[in-house]
Amino acid sequence: MNLLDPRGPVAAANSTILVDSVFIMLVIVVPTIFAILAFAFWFRASNPKARYQPDFVYSGRVEMVVWSIPALTVILLGGVAWIGSHQLDPAAPVPGTGSPVRIQAVSLDWKWLFIYPDQRIATVNTLTVPAGAELNFQLTSSSVMNTFFIPQLGSMIYTMNGMVTRLNLRADNEGKLQGISAHFSGDGFPDMMFDVNVISPLAFPDWVATTAKSDAVLNEDSYKKLMQQGIEQGRPTYRLEDPRLFDLIATQHIPPGPGPELASGAGRPHSGGHDAR
Amino acid sequence: MLGKLDWSAIPFDQPIPLVAGAVVLVAILAVLIWVVVKGHLPYLWHEWITSVDHKRIGVMYILLASVMLLRGGSDAIMMRIQQAVAFQSQGYLPPEHYNQIFSAHGTIMIFFVAMPFVIGLMNLVVPLQLGVRDVAFPTLNSVGFWLTATGALLVNISLVVGEFARTGWLAFPPLSGLSYSPGVGVDYYAWSLQISGVGTLVAGINLVTTVLKLRTRGMNYLRMPMFCWTTLASNLLIVAAFPILTATLAMLLLDRYLGFHFFTNEAGGNVMMFMNLIWAWGHPEVYILVLPAFGIFSEVVSTFSGKALFGYRSMVLATMAICVISFMVWLHHFFTMGAGPDVNAIFGIASMIIAIPTGVKIYNWLFTMYGGRIRFATPMLWSVGFMVTFIIGGLTGVLVAVPPADFMLHNSMFLVAHFHNVIIGGVLFGAFAGFEYWFPKAFGFRLDERWGKAAFWFTFTGFYVTFMPLYIAGMLGMTRRLQHYDVAAWRPWMIVAAVGMAVLTIGVICQIMQLVVSIRNREALRDRTGDPWDGRSLEWATSSPPPVFNFAFHPDVRGEDAYWDMKIHARQQSFEHEEPEYRDIEMPRNSPTGFVCAFFASIMGFALIWHIWWMVIVGGIGAFATFVVFAWRDHDEYVIPADEVARIDRVNLEERRSLVSMAGAV
Repeated sequence: MNLLDPRGPVAAANSTILVDSVFIMLVIVVPTIFAILAFAFWFRASNPKARYQPDFVYSGRVEMVVWSIPALTVILLGGVAWIGSHQLDPAAPVPGTGSPVRIQAVSLDWKWLFIYPDQRIATVNTLTVPAGAELNFQLTSSSVMNTFFIPQLGSMIYTMNGMVTRLNLRADNEGKLQGISAHFSGDGFPDMMFDVNVISPLAFPDWVATTAKSDAVLNEDSYKKLMQQGIEQGRPTYRLEDPRLFDLIATQHIPPGPGPELASGAGRPHSGGHDAR
Repeated sequence: MLGKLDWSAIPFDQPIPLVAGAVVLVAILAVLIWVVVKGHLPYLWHEWITSVDHKRIGVMYILLASVMLLRGGSDAIMMRIQQAVAFQSQGYLPPEHYNQIFSAHGTIMIFFVAMPFVIGLMNLVVPLQLGVRDVAFPTLNSVGFWLTATGALLVNISLVVGEFARTGWLAFPPLSGLSYSPGVGVDYYAWSLQISGVGTLVAGINLVTTVLKLRTRGMNYLRMPMFCWTTLASNLLIVAAFPILTATLAMLLLDRYLGFHFFTNEAGGNVMMFMNLIWAWGHPEVYILVLPAFGIFSEVVSTFSGKALFGYRSMVLATMAICVISFMVWLHHFFTMGAGPDVNAIFGIASMIIAIPTGVKIYNWLFTMYGGRIRFATPMLWSVGFMVTFIIGGLTGVLVAVPPADFMLHNSMFLVAHFHNVIIGGVLFGAFAGFEYWFPKAFGFRLDERWGKAAFWFTFTGFYVTFMPLYIAGMLGMTRRLQHYDVAAWRPWMIVAAVGMAVLTIGVICQIMQLVVSIRNREALRDRTGDPWDGRSLEWATSSPPPVFNFAFHPDVRGEDAYWDMKIHARQQSFEHEEPEYRDIEMPRNSPTGFVCAFFASIMGFALIWHIWWMVIVGGIGAFATFVVFAWRDHDEYVIPADEVARIDRVNLEERRSLVSMAGAV
């Protein structure tokens, strides 16, 4: 999950900006740290060679320089930030080969549901995508906020109930990656990691066909069962009954998840916590 | 009768909080019994609990902060151990407990350690530096302190009665809403912050008024010590920002108690609004904390370099620039919410701009050292340690202000490392520097240097060993608040961080040892002159500890570094020995208003948390009645007769003359 080992163009651009920014700043930070230590050492009271200049308390030239150094750095980095924010906006297109794959991600308590509306399939905690194709994500949440993040593919984005956020990514190499939720969402939060299988574009239709034969069906009823709080150990796959399911969730036609079951009367409800283990 | 409260609220099945709570309870009881048996109670009541003396209140704030630092630190130790062991296992803390710990850790460290520590130092020092006898509103000051203590009390009660929030220290809805957090944890969180928030707000109003309206003769704005400037800036931010926090939490409480829908998923609630509001307070908050620390470093670096602060006016400008800009950057806390490129870029750049005045400050301290004659007493060590550490924190801070970089680093362990880097390296180092620097002023004896230096080196090293690995873990994709994990690459760094935590703990133990050893050797460490560090500002012009009226005469200020000038003049004129004409001094009377108010506020807060409505009414009426009784008082001042003033001041003058003549001889 190393951020400096990107597997897609977004992550590559993000980490380039990250590394470049660090180097731009190191150019002034390293000499400054060095100067602090050097001045502190040289002007120690016990050093007879250091000249005591108690009246050196103002210098227009020095002031000029000390305001300019951080200002110039920030102008440079500000440019990086402005261009970077526009080019790497999560909703900006990321052209790829072949037709884009639409994926609708829903963060549940405490698992990830990935709906492929065009393929009429859905998976939990496993995201399978073809290498090289543009991946158009639409994201929402069944209840509390989460953040969808595949470190080696780049940019994370929040999922919120009743709202849809957008994110475009691309995975360039086949292989297995890992995704996480990067926003605390309750007791089962650490188990919201998911697998990302990047497979060859040729294998992708086969995978879709296999998955579509799944016995389990995802519709409003099974979704409501799925969104109950709990941790999913397996990697279930579904045949999608209604391709508009995501819209029903995002528009709250399916009401938000219920949260923990209430222990009667007590101040400390236990149900949520114990489900987690 | 008791609302939601019953025996199930006590976590008999969880040994850790129960044992911890029992130990704390026994300790408190032991201290109380000792106080009563030894007959110290009247002294405590008259001299401390009801005191409206800004110095005493300052000391009590710092004491509260120190105690809560131990609590927050224990939480930190538990979290570091959990993350070191919870690899492919559940560790030793179940999620519902671990989640409370990190929520409590953040809440305590910000609201009940950092805030009271800096407010305590400001209370203690600012009136002295301004050359005045008290703050603008002495009794209000006491109310502010005791309400803060109420908040701290409620947080600690949550350890054994009920639970604390399991939502993180900012309690984001909808997770903190009633549907997803039906327990009392979020209520403990919100009510303790509401009550202590009122305390902070009145402290802010008090200090702003003090700096603006109470300055001694000749102390115009551009002659104020830097710490007074940063106090002004910080408290202006308090006055502007804390009402936002109060309003935001009030809306969250309305959602939870009365079925409103400000931040719920349903019925048009908007969680993004909470994010915006809480950070509109939250980002100024970090500058509320760090600006006073900047002021402390300015005083310390200048004193121990034997030079006036380099570029004083530039520093003032930088301080006020930070004060204003800090309100325009809040959105950088959620670049990843999908606000769009223009908004993200503008807030990113605004966040970087704030680094300019901060950078200027670093350079000005650097040039204050240049040409100085630096004495490496403990406060100076903390200051140099701060400069080096804070630059690194500044670098990573500007880094996460670049939106595309933040898209990778948001909420990661990298971010955790960053804000600990600036808060420990900035605020905590500053608080420790101020503690070491002004301790002799407050108590009349210096702190032991050897233990102090040991504390610095262990804390400094421990900080790096703990938090540099977290930066790396963040670069490896690790997110924050994980109760357990399965990624092998993160494991070694978590173990190193736990080792670092052990080193940090040794640092804290050294700090405690320093206090113990110094109190034991206080006669040898006695500061008779009132000026142990060869200081430059007016707090060193009076005795240590200062008399209750601070100054027998309002000092006459003729330039920056007022006391330094006085010393130079005194040397040149070989000190005129003329007895001044002493006058009666009027000082505010002590008042139990603050303590009684807070007592009722504690009852009300506890009752609100547990829905015990009759008790809410009792507490509310009690607190209000206390205020009314106070407002109706007839005598609010007492007179210290001129003879008494003369007697106290002559001792001080005598010591000071001998100091000046000795220095003159050298």
